[in-house]
Amino acid sequence: MSSRRSRQSGTSRITDDQIIELVSKLRQFVPEIRNRRSDKVPASKVLQETCNYIRSLHREVDDLSQRLSQLLATIDADSEEASIIRSLIAQ
Amino acid sequence: MASSISETNFEESKRIKRRKTGDELRDPDTIDRTRWRSESEQRIYSTKLFEAIRQVRRNSSPVNKVSSGRDIQDAADRVLAVAAKGRTRWSRAILASRLRLRLAHNNKKHKKARVAKVTGSIRSKMPEKKRFIPALQRKVKVLSRLVPGCRKVSFPNLLEETTDYISALEMQVRAMTALTELLTGSPVDRLASTSVS
Repeated sequence: MSSRRSRQSGTSRITDDQIIELVSKLRQFVPEIRNRRSDKVPASKVLQETCNYIRSLHREVDDLSQRLSQLLATIDADSEEASIIRSLIAQ
Repeated sequence: MASSISETNFEESKRIKRRKTGDELRDPDTIDRTRWRSESEQRIYSTKLFEAIRQVRRNSSPVNKVSSGRDIQDAADRVLAVAAKGRTRWSRAILASRLRLRLAHNNKKHKKARVAKVTGSIRSKMPEKKRFIPALQRKVKVLSRLVPGCRKVSFPNLLEETTDYISALEMQVRAMTALTELLTGSPVDRLASTSVS
């Protein structure tokens, strides 16, 4: 990668170094990469793992939503049980 | 549900006004790196989520009580987006798209003239197309589609939104997992092998 500055807009000139720095910050948020040796992960791998991670989180939420919907099907919205559950959550 | 939507809009516009007048720092390092990880945040989210789910179940027709989980997920996303307090693009996009759907649905019902689209997105800078080699550019594009409301956002902002979105999603998963465990009384097998605590 060369180190040419962007010519597009005056206010937002992003250098290659900035990009590298931003990508390295992103690394910290993705568990797969966080545990590896820091310098050796290329940007494309970071981006790929980030996308995979977000997709897996979406799947988890989807799965949990289905489970919750089944579990809560048996609980009446205004019942005693509901109040008990709510107080347990708030602890 | 209508009242909660209008309440959200009111709160949003209040916050947006506040952002314009105040000199809020957008330093990525200080922006709520730890906020999605606090226990109290998670507890508040769980409580609000439970209330929202109860609301959903009250409102849904008796025939429709057995949903596929879509209602729950929508409620979970909405509560998550509200918890972000309007500070991030992805959260505003979630709320705006829900509003748009609701308006479209109401228009169909009442046959009104087309209402202007509520996009909820602020004009963003040009994406840095020429900077990346094609392989990277493709991945950036995929990422921008995964994070709500970030298709035309500049690369630095996209990464900032991504990190906040990931932290928020992790909290959402933790909270919903805890709620599920509470209801079943037993630990839940996580889909992912890595922990997010």
